[in-house]
Amino acid sequence: MSVLVYTENWDGKFKKLSFELVSYAYGVASMIDTDVVAVSIGDVDDGELEKLGNYGAKKVISVNKEELKGLDSQAYAAVISEIAGREEAAVLVLSNNNTGKAVAPRLSVKLNAGVGAGVSKLPSSTDPFTVYKRVYSGNAYANIVIKSDIKILTLEQNSFEVNETGGNAEIEQMDYDLDESLVKTEIRDVSKQTGKLLLTDAEIVVSGGRGMKSPDNWQPLVELAELLGGATACSRPVSDEGWRPHEEHTGQTGKIIAPNLYIAVGISGATQHIAGVSSSKCIVAVNNDKDAPVFESAKYGIVGDAMKVLPGLIEAVKNTRTS
Amino acid sequence: MKILVCISNVPDTTTKIKFTGDNELDTTGIQWVINPWDELSLTRALELKDSNPGLIESVTVAHAGPASSEPTIRKALAIGADSAIRVNAEPLDAFFVAAQLEKVITEENFDIVLCGIESSDFNGSTVGGMLAEFLGYPSVSAVSGINIENEDIVIKREIDGGSELVSVPVPFVAIVQKGIAIEPRIAAMRGIMMARKKPIKVVEPADVNALTEVSSYEMPPEKEACKFIDPDNPEELIDILQNKEKLI
Repeated sequence: MSVLVYTENWDGKFKKLSFELVSYAYGVASMIDTDVVAVSIGDVDDGELEKLGNYGAKKVISVNKEELKGLDSQAYAAVISEIAGREEAAVLVLSNNNTGKAVAPRLSVKLNAGVGAGVSKLPSSTDPFTVYKRVYSGNAYANIVIKSDIKILTLEQNSFEVNETGGNAEIEQMDYDLDESLVKTEIRDVSKQTGKLLLTDAEIVVSGGRGMKSPDNWQPLVELAELLGGATACSRPVSDEGWRPHEEHTGQTGKIIAPNLYIAVGISGATQHIAGVSSSKCIVAVNNDKDAPVFESAKYGIVGDAMKVLPGLIEAVKNTRTS
Repeated sequence: MKILVCISNVPDTTTKIKFTGDNELDTTGIQWVINPWDELSLTRALELKDSNPGLIESVTVAHAGPASSEPTIRKALAIGADSAIRVNAEPLDAFFVAAQLEKVITEENFDIVLCGIESSDFNGSTVGGMLAEFLGYPSVSAVSGINIENEDIVIKREIDGGSELVSVPVPFVAIVQKGIAIEPRIAAMRGIMMARKKPIKVVEPADVNALTEVSSYEMPPEKEACKFIDPDNPEELIDILQNKEKLI
């Protein structure tokens, strides 16, 4: 038996998300008294693969094939399900990011395994196997029982504490016999920003809404985000107006994020926006309307005009750095 | 080519969610709508049909749900879908729904199947991928654009920090998100009139077991009231975030 975790890589590297996943898998494995096996697909060197041992992986199986360079969910699911069979996986853990959302449902059908999608905590019980997840876009939570023999869990990003076990992993380079006819996705073009902190990875996010009044007013918001080592985001009207790129749109139909600190500036806090940020650990709101619904979700609030409050906050952060 | 759009019937986002007992949704006062991502898929399907009249012959919607969800199906027909199929069953879980949709698709041979990336009720993001695997079709997830030029279908998918243009052979499943269409298409009066005459085919469900079930619902934890800070004293907020919350 094992808990199998799929650890995606980004240009051959793992990131905090990968270590969260292995830590979570280790937590589940401890509950059912078994070991964690990690699966990596792509060109990742041994030094990088070994890092997973430090978070509780007993073994890391690496499949490196040219045909699997781009994500093809059908082919990836074939690889992972075969390894799950070989390792007698009782539970599979994937991220609830774009890749996990593409692959986990296919694994469900291949392995006849129920999915607990978007979990943020360890199972509350393993018999019956019960997980807790957000439903109705954050307006409620549900305890869901997975009845199948094999279970699949997809973990929300930034929801589980990274835990170093100090262990070592055995590395296995697997010469996987791929059925190439499964790879049907042809990648024609890639456009990607490199070196920029991704919104979904950021632990601090500073976000602007229509209360920023004009796209020309964004400089202090960007400056505050940079000072705090965070990323910038925006509300839907702002991205619809083209004031900010659509990748920054957070909310129900945009990005769902869970940073440690979310600072909402000039955002009224419509239900659809809050649905995308309600899992943030601490929400700070700046709005000139004291009755704005955003204050119902915020832990700290400042009633005031964004253009006056932002410079004050920047100054205050700078002072903490120099003193 | 025939397009199928899978639609889910969900409470409007602004609806106040309540439960009776601990595992039954209280449906009083709920306004039911087409799941927002499915509505965008339908909009894009109709745009593709409008701009490629020779190539795309029809747009059908499929739904697994009881008769009470027919108003939502009618809405999809009013927006412009040509016909609808309803699998007459309570949607037990994602696996069950995907298995029902598989049956519908294998019977009617659709070339392009569109599913919203998640539903706003269970937020599972799993039906589209499950359906693709049941069918043995390729699929593309996190799709933010579909374009057809000279019968060549190019799909844009979102990746971390950017996007890719990809292609897959038909038949395929596209699991779509924001960006696929800007605003959902709205039903015009003429569409509403025409929808009354459009066919909704009702099929009986396949015998499939759900793999998951909800044992109970809980409301989000109570939140303490917002602590307001004097706008003339931003230092206080920064001090709290640094020394009390230890976030910066």
